[in-house]
Amino acid sequence: MKLITTIAFFIMATSTGWTKPVLTVYAPDYFTSEWGPGPKIEKAFEEVCKCDLSYVSGDLLPRLMIEGKRTKADIVIGLNTDVTFKARKLDIFSSHGQDTSDLTMPVKWNDTIFLPFDWSHTAFIYDNKKLKNPPKSFDELLNSNSDLRIIIQDPRTSISGLALVLWVKSIYGESSREAFEKLALKTLTVTKGWSESYGMFTEGEADMVLSYTTSPAYHIIAENDFSKSAAIFPEGHYFFTELAAMTNTSREPKLAKSFMEFILSETFQKMIPTGNWSFPAKLDPGKLPTGFTNLNMPTKALFYNEADAQKYRDIVIEEWLEAFQK
Amino acid sequence: MVRSLSKINHTVWGGGLVIFLLLFLTIGTLIAVVCRIESISGLTRSEWLAIRFTIYQSFASAVISVLLAIPVSRAFSRRNFVGRKILITFLGAPFILPVIVAILGLVLVFGNSGLIKNIFNLDRLSIYGVHGVILAHVFFNLPLATRLLLQGWASIPSERLRLAQSLGFTPVNFFFHLELPMLRRFVPGIFLIIFLICTTSFAVALALGGGPKSTTIELAIYQAFRFDFNLSRVAILSILQITICGLLAIFSFWVAVPVSYGGGLDRLRPQASGGRTVDLIFGTFAVIFLCLPLIMIVFRGSGFLFSIPSTVIFAAMRSILVALAATALSIIMTLYLASLSVYYSRRFEIFGYLPIATSPLVVGTGLFMMFYNWIDPVSIALPVAVVVNSMMCLPFSLKIITPAFFDVERDFGKLATSLNMTGWSKFKLLIWPRLKGPVGFSAGLSAALSMGDLGVIVLFSDPTLSTLPMEIYRLMIAYRMDDAYGAAVLLLLLSVLFFWIFDRGGRTNYNS
Repeated sequence: MKLITTIAFFIMATSTGWTKPVLTVYAPDYFTSEWGPGPKIEKAFEEVCKCDLSYVSGDLLPRLMIEGKRTKADIVIGLNTDVTFKARKLDIFSSHGQDTSDLTMPVKWNDTIFLPFDWSHTAFIYDNKKLKNPPKSFDELLNSNSDLRIIIQDPRTSISGLALVLWVKSIYGESSREAFEKLALKTLTVTKGWSESYGMFTEGEADMVLSYTTSPAYHIIAENDFSKSAAIFPEGHYFFTELAAMTNTSREPKLAKSFMEFILSETFQKMIPTGNWSFPAKLDPGKLPTGFTNLNMPTKALFYNEADAQKYRDIVIEEWLEAFQK
Repeated sequence: MVRSLSKINHTVWGGGLVIFLLLFLTIGTLIAVVCRIESISGLTRSEWLAIRFTIYQSFASAVISVLLAIPVSRAFSRRNFVGRKILITFLGAPFILPVIVAILGLVLVFGNSGLIKNIFNLDRLSIYGVHGVILAHVFFNLPLATRLLLQGWASIPSERLRLAQSLGFTPVNFFFHLELPMLRRFVPGIFLIIFLICTTSFAVALALGGGPKSTTIELAIYQAFRFDFNLSRVAILSILQITICGLLAIFSFWVAVPVSYGGGLDRLRPQASGGRTVDLIFGTFAVIFLCLPLIMIVFRGSGFLFSIPSTVIFAAMRSILVALAATALSIIMTLYLASLSVYYSRRFEIFGYLPIATSPLVVGTGLFMMFYNWIDPVSIALPVAVVVNSMMCLPFSLKIITPAFFDVERDFGKLATSLNMTGWSKFKLLIWPRLKGPVGFSAGLSAALSMGDLGVIVLFSDPTLSTLPMEIYRLMIAYRMDDAYGAAVLLLLLSVLFFWIFDRGGRTNYNS
């Protein structure tokens, strides 16, 4: 019975939808939640497009892989470079058509399919009231005799965990295996996702947690708490960006294109810092909230392009596994 | 004769439908995934390690949970004290906590800056490692084992206990003549169910296991699904998981021995005279071990309970509806499956345990693949959550209801037949009054479980129709830990409340 009513409602909803065109946007759950940037973006875009923006939330890659050409998405937002290799091969995306030459990111961007909308770096966050002498470099973190305890995420189940192993690879290259072995000695535990790690860290379980350089901004802006800092390492920090793309199967290609334009607009970009707690991909630094402008930032960004990331990924995860399973 | 035939048909049809639904949701969804496989490859080294670890930790967790549950449940069953019922209700709570909340609760007690370490100043103590995984799994499953065993103790009629007392049984006599047969009947099934639960856990295992040494098969499935989208690995690993669980299920059915104490008159149980100290030790241990993490969570979150955002309240109401619908469906399915196993063959019961052995990811993916061409998956998110939740609760309800059903039929079935009592009147006058207790308990457990369950997962979620556990994850990922703890306390309270209401409703004239 419930099913029938749901179907009936669905048919009604789709048949009355003709009054306004609908733009279907696939996004991760955190993005569309009340506390993510999604709802504000939806409202702002609907004001200018005279359309109905409708989010579908969930895991992007599995869903796109199952649906393939039959996907109902007009826009996919919230992908990252670790999955774009597979996503690109699906051949369901068309060019975003935006000028990416003047983005405010530490990495040059010339991909014509995937458009970045925010960025950050991976970093270890610590409590500056408790940890007075944080390691000053990745080397120091690995080699010091202190009994520093860190919590990280599993690269097999978490994007930030994967970014960590690529970070280590980009610093240590051939000797990444030894680096993992040293890292394992400092690691208190490994969690499935970022939330468990960060939750354990804020309860005082460990000295440092793998997170992002932008994490302290949340505590500064939302909680007026200045005790969280990112440890900045001269070796460089792994660059992390989130991407959007429009599908070539879209029934509303014009609308989709205008959304891609909207992504780089100031309205959208200004919502990113306090909506997604990361840096906007294209915004004059003067327009950032003060909590962001005062953040400790690395001078060097490390980054593997999609092809390299794909090439190293399995090898590095295997190295990490062997080191951590010892 | 005509009436009994119609009853038989009713049971067969209903039970058949339930088995079909179970097979569809577990094996059917797996087949849907297998159909999309493009290539097959062998298992990697770390996957073999994962299999070994899964079996090892599940076995250890199940053994310890059951061994502890025996004295704990005995203490609760033979002592009567003020607040006993409330305590038993609260002891069920760890089992229904969302994983992430349970991890944080355990860390608040046993972690590096946790309670135990602060009080006793134990610097070297660390929760992280295999012992941490087992500790967490015992924390989850000891309450379940205890509750299930309480039913076992209650199945020994009080007349037998009185007789034994008047015959001057020693504790050893008690054990061999009354307790051991009951344990042989109940323990294999309880062991099985806990083993199955532990095989499919992975977030807990990883976080408290201290890293990838503590990888379970379920983690490998998740990785293959989410990161590589390698369906052949997903399928191979799921088949392996089901096989391991299936072998164990057959073994436990083979070990379990039916036992008959004969019928009783439901009189008040006599208080045991000896063993007071043992009962006190185990009872106190269980209360402290199981309640401390809960108290810590309540302590941490209750300050934020009244400031939680309104969407969380709506999510809570949605969760309540899902939980109630799933409970009703689950109880109906259980009664059908139980009567099929009572009146036809015990073997039918085995279908009921399929859901715990299957990966929710596979169920979700398989359903999605079957339906996305026909229906918008988002529009059926809540109905799917109801069906899948009810299926996930079925094994527990079945474990609770079936033994009681067997007893009724064995003790009173012949009498009922001689009185020509069949069909509805038999159900209403004979079966229902004696099943009310177990049904109430399993309804309470199902409602609480469906409140806490994260729903079917990722592919079916609707951003505007979230449930309470989803909101907790969303709050955490948005850095709002305080609100997340507040919402967790709300979830905990609601789960315990529902559990209490149903359980109490079922216990009106039955003392378990």
